Amino acid sequence: MTKAILRYMVKYQASRMDRTFSALADPTRRAVLLRLKDKPGLSVSELARPFSLKLPGMMKHLDVLSDAGLITRSKTGRTVSVNLSVRPMREAMEWLKRYESLWTISIDRLVALVEKDSE
Amino acid sequence: MTNSLPSVTIVRRIKASPAKVWAAITQPKLMMQWWGPDAGPTLRAEADVRPGGRFSVVFRLLNGDEHNPTGIYQEVVPEKKLVFTWEAPGMPERESLVTFLLEPFDGGTRLTLLHEHLPDEARESHAAGWNGLLDKLPIFLGVTEWAS
Repeated sequence: MTKAILRYMVKYQASRMDRTFSALADPTRRAVLLRLKDKPGLSVSELARPFSLKLPGMMKHLDVLSDAGLITRSKTGRTVSVNLSVRPMREAMEWLKRYESLWTISIDRLVALVEKDSE
Repeated sequence: MTNSLPSVTIVRRIKASPAKVWAAITQPKLMMQWWGPDAGPTLRAEADVRPGGRFSVVFRLLNGDEHNPTGIYQEVVPEKKLVFTWEAPGMPERESLVTFLLEPFDGGTRLTLLHEHLPDEARESHAAGWNGLLDKLPIFLGVTEWAS
C-alpha cells in the first residue's frame, strides 16, 4: 500500500519535472519568468508588450507555464495578473544538483586513479 | 515539446591512454575505486559490458544512505564510447541516459561525460531499439552539491 503510493508520487513528480523543463525550453517563456521575477503581478498585456506578441500568443505561452506550475494567474476585475511559482523549478534544480555533484566527484576520482597508474 | 530536458556534461583532459580510461569505466574491480559522490564506499559494481548487458553500482554516502543505480548498456565501442541507461530506485525521476566519450588527446584522453534525461519520444524509440537518440538531445548545465 505504502509502496504503491510512493511509486505514484515518484511518477507524479517525474512527469511534473518533465513539464517544467519543457516549459523552460522556450526563450520567450524564460524571458517572461525573468520579468515576473523582477516585477511580480504584471498583467498579460504588460507581459506581451516587449515581445511584440499578440495577446493570444502570449496567452498560449502562459498556459504552458501555468500547466507546468511555474506561474499563477489571478483575476481582478478585467485584469489578469501573473505571478511566479518557484516550486517546480526547485525540483528541476535538485536533479541537476544531484547529478552534477555525483559526476564531478566520481570523475575526479576516476582521473586520479588512471593518472596515478600512468606515472 | 520535450526538447530541452536537463542534462549534465563534464569534460576532462586526462593524462592516461583511452585504453586505461576504458578499463577504469568498464571493469568492476576498477569501478569500485572511483564510483560515488563523496568519500563514502562503493559497495558493489557489476558491468556486463555489451549491448543489452546489465550495469549496477551500489554506493554508500557518508550520511549512510545507500544508492543502487542500475541500467542496460546500449552502445559499447571499446576505448571510444560507452552508453547505458540509468535508473536510480527511490529517486524521484524516471530513466535517464549516461554516455562516456573517449577521444585520444595530446598523448592522453579527452573524456566527455553526458548524463541526460530521456524525453518521451526518446523513451519510445528506446523501447523500439535506440535509433539516433543521442543526436537529438540538447544540453543543460547544472551546479553544486549532492542533495544531502
